Amino acid sequence: MSETTAHAQTHTQARTQTHTGQQHPIRLYLLVWGLLFVLSAFSYMVDYLGIQGFARWSLILVFMMLKAGLIVAIFMHMAWERLALVYAILLPPALVLVFTALMVSEANYTILTRLAFFGTAP
Amino acid sequence: MTQSLQTHSNPDLRPAGLRGVASDFASDQRAFKTASWGKAMMWIFLLSDTFVFGCFLLAYMTARMSTPVAWPNPSEVFALHIGGQDVPLILIAIMTFVLISSSGTMAMAVNFGYRRERGRTAALMLATALLGATFVGMQAFEWTKLISEGVRPWENPWGAAQFGSSFFMITGFHGTHVTIGVIFLFIVARKVWRGDFDEARRGFFTSRKGHYEAVEIMGLYWHFVDLVWVFIFAFFYLW
Repeated sequence: MSETTAHAQTHTQARTQTHTGQQHPIRLYLLVWGLLFVLSAFSYMVDYLGIQGFARWSLILVFMMLKAGLIVAIFMHMAWERLALVYAILLPPALVLVFTALMVSEANYTILTRLAFFGTAP
Repeated sequence: MTQSLQTHSNPDLRPAGLRGVASDFASDQRAFKTASWGKAMMWIFLLSDTFVFGCFLLAYMTARMSTPVAWPNPSEVFALHIGGQDVPLILIAIMTFVLISSSGTMAMAVNFGYRRERGRTAALMLATALLGATFVGMQAFEWTKLISEGVRPWENPWGAAQFGSSFFMITGFHGTHVTIGVIFLFIVARKVWRGDFDEARRGFFTSRKGHYEAVEIMGLYWHFVDLVWVFIFAFFYLW
């Protein structure tokens, strides 16, 4: 019985903790907001200035990852969560990269066979 | 038992780093010590949604890589004729800024919620919902424009036929998420305004006591919608 009471107590404690836990200065959110605007403007400029080839793709990816990182870390408060939650949520999407590698090889095979059998027509 | 109870209640006793990950998962209690179950469940839902959007973007990548027909140039397809000249991707850029702004107002709504400033929280959530509705409206305009130009899921005037199906599938699914988010923003904003979270009023559906964490969980979903748009913007519109 005493154990259940202890459990109930720790639960309420944990709840109040999470309630006061995510309290950060407004300035931080405004800063991140501004950074996201600047990064979006940069990635738009990549297209507007017509940068092509390797520079285009690497710039797009860098700005994309910076924006995604800021949103997840600050706006979604991931920077202040315990590592158990961070790993449980952020590691599984890495498997998508494996899937990407599989589909790149599959797509290369498809385009090769299409070109070999149909020439350039679809 | 005593030790795990202590680490559960006293955050100072919890180990940090990888040792902390191991002890949190091995604690025979809730693994996510600082996240309530509601927040953890929203994160796990968002993880599954990540895979859904990941699969859409991968399908688009595979279609684009495997077609021998040239892919339509998104920079030209999504250009708008303003002031006598074509401005590339301008509508998409504005949509991006609108969605980022809505994320900013949402983050501040969460903050004011935990400070128990009812009016400001509700106002900021309403601003978020209106910006989201603006985004959906601009997307509807974009769809109308492309459909009138002859884009269909099976053909388009500029190149590879898969362009249309990828476009409608990816932006359509994202727009659906934004629309659902706007609806829930209105619902939660109404609860905040009415003071449900100040007096722990029970919800009409779950009958559980309301508290301001609902605003943060709503925020998680909304920021995720913005996050997905970051990837769609990079891979579909800019690539």
